[in-house]
Amino acid sequence: MSDHSVEPVGGPIIFNRFTRFLAMFLGLWILILAYRFATGIGTVSGLTDGYPWGIWIAFDVVTGTALACGGYAIAILCYILNKGKYHPLVRPAILTSALGYSMAALAIIIDVGRWWGIWRIPLGGFPDMGHYNWNSALLEVALCVMAYAGVLWIELGPAFLEKWKATSKSPGLIKFAGAGLKFYDKALIWIIALGVLLPTMHQSSLGSLMLLGGHKLHPLWNTGWIPLLFLISCIGMGYAVVVWESAVSSRVFNRQREDSMLISLSGAMVIVLGLFLLLRFADIIISGKFGLMFSSGMLSVMFWIEMALVAIPMLMLIRARDRAKFITIFRASMLIMLAGALYRFDAYIVAFNPGKNWSYFPTTLELLITFGVIGLEIFLYIFIVKRYPILSGTRATQVREIEGRA
Amino acid sequence: MGWRDERLGVPAGSPRNEGVDRRDFVKVCTMAAAAVGLPASAGLKMAEAAAAGLKPSVIWLHFQECTGCTESLLRTSHPGLAELILDLVSLDYHETLFAAAGYQIEEALHEAMEANAGKYICVVEGAIPTKDGGIYCKIAGRTAIDILQDVGSKAGAVIAIGSCASWGGIPSADPNPTGAVGAPEILEGIPVITLPGCPANPYNFLGTALQYATFGTLPALDDKNRPLFAYGRTIHEHCPRRAHFDAGRFVRQYGDEGHNLGWCLFAMGCKGPETHANCSVADFGEIPGCWPIGIGHPCFGCTEQGVGFHKPMHQEAALPENAVPPIFPDHRSSSTAAAAGVAGLVGGAVIGAGLMASKKLAEGGGEEGSS
Repeated sequence: MSDHSVEPVGGPIIFNRFTRFLAMFLGLWILILAYRFATGIGTVSGLTDGYPWGIWIAFDVVTGTALACGGYAIAILCYILNKGKYHPLVRPAILTSALGYSMAALAIIIDVGRWWGIWRIPLGGFPDMGHYNWNSALLEVALCVMAYAGVLWIELGPAFLEKWKATSKSPGLIKFAGAGLKFYDKALIWIIALGVLLPTMHQSSLGSLMLLGGHKLHPLWNTGWIPLLFLISCIGMGYAVVVWESAVSSRVFNRQREDSMLISLSGAMVIVLGLFLLLRFADIIISGKFGLMFSSGMLSVMFWIEMALVAIPMLMLIRARDRAKFITIFRASMLIMLAGALYRFDAYIVAFNPGKNWSYFPTTLELLITFGVIGLEIFLYIFIVKRYPILSGTRATQVREIEGRA
Repeated sequence: MGWRDERLGVPAGSPRNEGVDRRDFVKVCTMAAAAVGLPASAGLKMAEAAAAGLKPSVIWLHFQECTGCTESLLRTSHPGLAELILDLVSLDYHETLFAAAGYQIEEALHEAMEANAGKYICVVEGAIPTKDGGIYCKIAGRTAIDILQDVGSKAGAVIAIGSCASWGGIPSADPNPTGAVGAPEILEGIPVITLPGCPANPYNFLGTALQYATFGTLPALDDKNRPLFAYGRTIHEHCPRRAHFDAGRFVRQYGDEGHNLGWCLFAMGCKGPETHANCSVADFGEIPGCWPIGIGHPCFGCTEQGVGFHKPMHQEAALPENAVPPIFPDHRSSSTAAAAGVAGLVGGAVIGAGLMASKKLAEGGGEEGSS
């Protein structure tokens, strides 16, 4: 990774109205978090025993990690399919993934009632060891997400080491960075192998969790293939995020976009989206649920919105002439993200019915906590790309120009 | 009394007295104990107490009543009345059951009171009229108030059997012409165990009396001095038709389909939800199903003061809180309209931002799109 012309964007972190607002909002968010940890989940959230998983899980964790699959999607292409030309996309994608997974971990700490015991999970339940249910999908998700968040930061390690090696004033740190970079030359392939294996495991397990919901989940969503569908859709979402992030960061930081790579990647997306649609419909029809697509009232409507959100970007990208335009890819990528998010929201909340008279809608504070998690992720992204070599081809003078305007 | 001491000494099979041997006697006592919910060991204790001549003396007073409580007590079989009054207790005064009358029976009363002062059980059956100095019920020239105060104040324990003695019963129904009240109101300061019912289930009486006779203790009581073992729950709690109540299947008219199918009688004015008694679990008169709800009639609340003989028969009972079980409890999210607003605003902002970004990109697409 170190052999590319990547450099820090540079400049102040808070550089326009949006970032000023973001900083202020995060200040408020910290107060809300303090309130949540002081008084418990019940006072801030609309969660109940029927809906113990609300927006914090459905969005921050399940949708958040799926959107953080940019690193996964690009790593598959770059290293497994050996498409070296996508390399410049890797670092920003890994960064969004690392941030996305870290925020998911933070969201879990906020969401879990007895959060102070979380550190025991990777220690096998220390000190009361030997009582784990190794068949638990939830345990698998917990261990995988924790491990993958760590792996992503290790994958991103060279970005920090390069910076330290180049600019640090401490000789010890420079020496450490040099040794670290040498280690990466040898070990990176194994780290990346882990980085591909782990999401494959837990992104499908996020689907398994709802498969275990049994009769509580509407049959249109509760199918034997829901783990596979979650896996396929997270690859689509990962790709879409890379497109979106590339477009937005090139615009905001005034940099050259990697259009050609994203355009050639979009061909793969047609296959991914088509596979998702094929499996979803085939599964429903094979298991004799054809009628449910039309007879489930509001849920039928949600189902068809989901299907449309997958089918429309697929049709937008299906012709080579159409997907040659970056704007088409950009629009399609937003629809793909929306499709994946809606699929997860439906599976985790809308199509989930724990029984009569249970209802769920997040409270204002609950929503603000989720927005804060997203806000923090954006803030950290800006901070890291400004300070560490993540993006390629920066034109610093133009960046200053933009900041001046803002 | 003389007959009591003779009987125990007489060998079994004697032609004059159908005396009992020890084995049979212990059996009777154990049966009595079991029937009223006392431990089996109580049976042996009863037998021993009886054999030692320590059978509790019982003085039974009748006032304004129909003798229904006595009549139902006569029909018990575990123990039967004969065993009860001949073997287990010493019934020294009872106007209905005594052959004697007039001066003779008055003498028996006074004798028993003197001999067992402070130890005998005073059972009160019937309400006590208080209007016009209590002149509406007099025995041997004394008013009921006078008799009860005399007999009750010297008793070891006072048991009011039936609703009349407990809180006034039928005689106290509006307009209560005689000013009838229950025994507790006359015997102020003296604890009176009440066994309301019209008539009271005789086993509730036996259980209480035999516990006192055997252990010298009284059962745990509620705030109206009713034994909790019999009056601790409402009829509704153990009603055999409860499932129909929970399912919302109600009889709407006598003889309708629901009535034929044995549905819940709540809508017909059943007072089960506000009436404390054990009718649903202790067969009255030892015949299963032989009680109002058992034969398809609403409970009329005979045991409960202010319900039986006071509330109209078909008036719907007041349901206690949580009487309807929360099979599907309401678990609405604590969210507010403000939250929906925030979600809508932010959702709108995100979609708007997406459209704006798309538009801006389209504008700039000409320059950068092909790069």
